[in-house]
Amino acid sequence: MKLFRDRRSTPLWRDEFAIDQADERYVNRRQFSKFLVLTSLGMLVGNVMIAVRSWLRGAPPPLPAAPVATASEIPVGAVKLFNYPTPQDPCILVRVAAERFVAYSQKCTHLSCAVYYEAAEKRLECPCHQGYFSVEDGSVLQGPPPRPLPRVVIEQRGETLVATGIETGARPGGHA
Amino acid sequence: MSAGSRPGSRGPGPALDGALALIAVLLIVQMWLLTAALESDLAGHHEVVWPAAIISAVIFAACGGLYLFVEGLDREAGRPR
Repeated sequence: MKLFRDRRSTPLWRDEFAIDQADERYVNRRQFSKFLVLTSLGMLVGNVMIAVRSWLRGAPPPLPAAPVATASEIPVGAVKLFNYPTPQDPCILVRVAAERFVAYSQKCTHLSCAVYYEAAEKRLECPCHQGYFSVEDGSVLQGPPPRPLPRVVIEQRGETLVATGIETGARPGGHA
Repeated sequence: MSAGSRPGSRGPGPALDGALALIAVLLIVQMWLLTAALESDLAGHHEVVWPAAIISAVIFAACGGLYLFVEGLDREAGRPR
């Protein structure tokens, strides 16, 4: 180690602040790109966790069958509200024709407001943000809801209408 | 004298900027993919989660590849690590 600096060599300030500013900026950008790549790894881990969780969960157990109404108590174009599969799950049953019943979860897929049947337009309406669903298959016709209404599978057993399960996604032809 | 500071040479800086921009775009796509996969899974559409995970892995590989590319340029240019 030299005791005295050579005056003709690099100036003192360069010895004190030895980092070149351009290099420092470059290193900062490179560090930032490394951080972004690590964030990308985090996103990948999140996606894999969702997939593994979905795989481990497997198929949901079949829901119990539950009588919800009798056919004669609902005129054509009328509705009946019921809860299925738990008392905390409100559903709406619509008789769209003499022999055709459809039922959906009453919770809007946007922010869970209760939807109601608009008989004049033959559609289900969410009054909170004017979201409209098709009464035929529960698909979104208009508004902010991101997904169709979950459909309650209804079977007609004699005079009794029985809920036997819930399907997600728009599948036309879901009727009793 | 390193290639990055050689007169007339632009060094790996522009390459890093390009890689950084591409990584940022890929990351935005990956964020959207994560939220869409979560949304679909919670909605009961479980069939989309594995393709989403695979695409996310491809995007991560692309990001990692871009970063390794910049690292390789650094090694060539003798940039500070």
